[in-house]
Amino acid sequence: MTAKTILEINERIRDGSACVLTAEEMTEYIREHGAGKAAQEVDVVTTGTFGAMCSSGVFLNFGHSDPPIRMQRVHLNGVEAYSGIAAVDAYLGATQPSDSDESYGGGHVIEDLIAGREIDVHAESSGTDCYPRKILDTSITIDDLNQAVMLNPRNAYQRYAAATNSTKRTLYTYMGTLLPGFGNVAYSGAGVLSPIFNDPEFRTIGIGTRIFLGGAKGHVIGSGTQHDPDNNFGTLMVSGNLKEMDTRYMRGAIFRGYGISMYVGIGIPIPILNEEIAAATGISDAEIKTNVLDYGVSGRPTMREVTYEDLKSGIVDINGKEVRTSPLSSFHIARTIADELKQWIKDGEFFVSGPAERLQRHGTVKPMREVHGQLLVRDAMSERVHTVSVHAEIKEAAELIIEGKFNHLPVLSEDGALVGIVTSWDISKAVARGDTGTVRSAMTERVVTSIPDEFIEIAVRKMERHKISALPVIDPNRKVIGMVTSGDLNKLLVRR
Amino acid sequence: MKMMIYVSAAVHDPVIARVILDTDIEINVDRANIDATSGEIVLEVPADSCARVATAFERHGASVSILEHPIIRDDDECVHCGACINVCPVQVFSFNDDWIIAIDESKCIQCGTCVTACPHAALMVMSE
Repeated sequence: MTAKTILEINERIRDGSACVLTAEEMTEYIREHGAGKAAQEVDVVTTGTFGAMCSSGVFLNFGHSDPPIRMQRVHLNGVEAYSGIAAVDAYLGATQPSDSDESYGGGHVIEDLIAGREIDVHAESSGTDCYPRKILDTSITIDDLNQAVMLNPRNAYQRYAAATNSTKRTLYTYMGTLLPGFGNVAYSGAGVLSPIFNDPEFRTIGIGTRIFLGGAKGHVIGSGTQHDPDNNFGTLMVSGNLKEMDTRYMRGAIFRGYGISMYVGIGIPIPILNEEIAAATGISDAEIKTNVLDYGVSGRPTMREVTYEDLKSGIVDINGKEVRTSPLSSFHIARTIADELKQWIKDGEFFVSGPAERLQRHGTVKPMREVHGQLLVRDAMSERVHTVSVHAEIKEAAELIIEGKFNHLPVLSEDGALVGIVTSWDISKAVARGDTGTVRSAMTERVVTSIPDEFIEIAVRKMERHKISALPVIDPNRKVIGMVTSGDLNKLLVRR
Repeated sequence: MKMMIYVSAAVHDPVIARVILDTDIEINVDRANIDATSGEIVLEVPADSCARVATAFERHGASVSILEHPIIRDDDECVHCGACINVCPVQVFSFNDDWIIAIDESKCIQCGTCVTACPHAALMVMSE
């Protein structure tokens, strides 16, 4: 087996003789010449990815004002940064929304900082003997900061599940706009260029690995949060100097109905030390699998497995329907990053580094521990439900409502199945009009319903969306087994 | 060619039907938003008949604008991600060989779905 050292590769980078390929080029090379030859000939393979990475942010140090302030709350262009650290340090997270402008947030402030734009700073404090100042308003650019260090707890997901939507309404998610009735599939990740998929055993990517981060040189500082190498969902924690970054590779973003995020550009060089490492970089889109999840259903069931090759073709089949796919991450810029990193190395401006320590190769993600248990509709519903036959006269429904002192009356067919609902408003309207027909003429036929095992948060969301205040709870045969009102749910939620 | 028709109070009048009868030109209604006081209708009209159709609408009291650039992209903001591609009902957007997004604006019906879907606020529907 061919073996090279980091030192030898860096020597070649220094004298300009290093052979550098992007991960796309390497896949072709290995297909043609095999991994053995690739290990001999190729020194470095460059990867790249550019997509929404919410778990990103920057540490800022403002320097001390005169008189000094211990910033207890600080806002940058109206976006709050976490200041529960030392007096004039703060951490600005990418997804933090502006207090006043819903289309602006942390990611945009970070982009504005990199662009050298003026940023308004507003800080508040209760005042102390050593930090007497209570209010501070100023304006800064990135050059005025002592430090602006990007530190992203979870970036560069090895792959990501694709998203679709089985329901009848459009969903606005962090996977973008998901059209109803499996109207589209959205995916993310660079596939063949994915940094971790080109070194899935973390043979070269580890703590201290020098990388391309946002157009600057940065480092991997550990495995990322939710690192899940057991399931090919590895992640990285990365850091770099914001002052050296470029807005071409670091962009604020907004997903309507979800919120703010940030597109982060990362490129990782893989030094080809031996044949095993070379073989791993031969991976193609056709070999990288992910699942398409239904974001319309709670628990997000898997609709099917796909490869990145399928996703990149623009069409995948879901339940016999041809569904259009498109990415949220930019493959064009991922490729630009892999190319730019390759050029840096060829120009002798970037040297590869071995990891000071390897990342965990095993491990998975746990769900949250919840000590109170999740409340279900069955915990909140009332089982004593008054119903009315679809053939009953309106007068009878009116009497039931008055006697029962409730507002909603489910309407049943002869076989006892739910066919409609009348509210006290429907009945008042019918009576006022002198309508003397049956309940059928006054009822709403399209009833929004719940089931006993539904989470109450979902039931609340249904009521809010349809602007209604009660849901009949039904069994699989549409028999009404309870009624849940917004009042019941509010009481339950407040009590917790 | 796409054409935007603005109608005011008289939305009850069958303006489109009259124009079709007057001109004998096949017009396709791509999109129509009509409320109590006015309406906006996007039509697909054969390019060589645009002038005649426009004149006919104006004769019936509607105002007309030809949508030469119905959708505008800010190239400084666009990162060529692709969020616009799969939400567009008429497939205006597609990737070229280098994964850059190409725009076929002749297909655009100005529904605005892509404008909302764009994470980088790079797209804008032009009103004139």
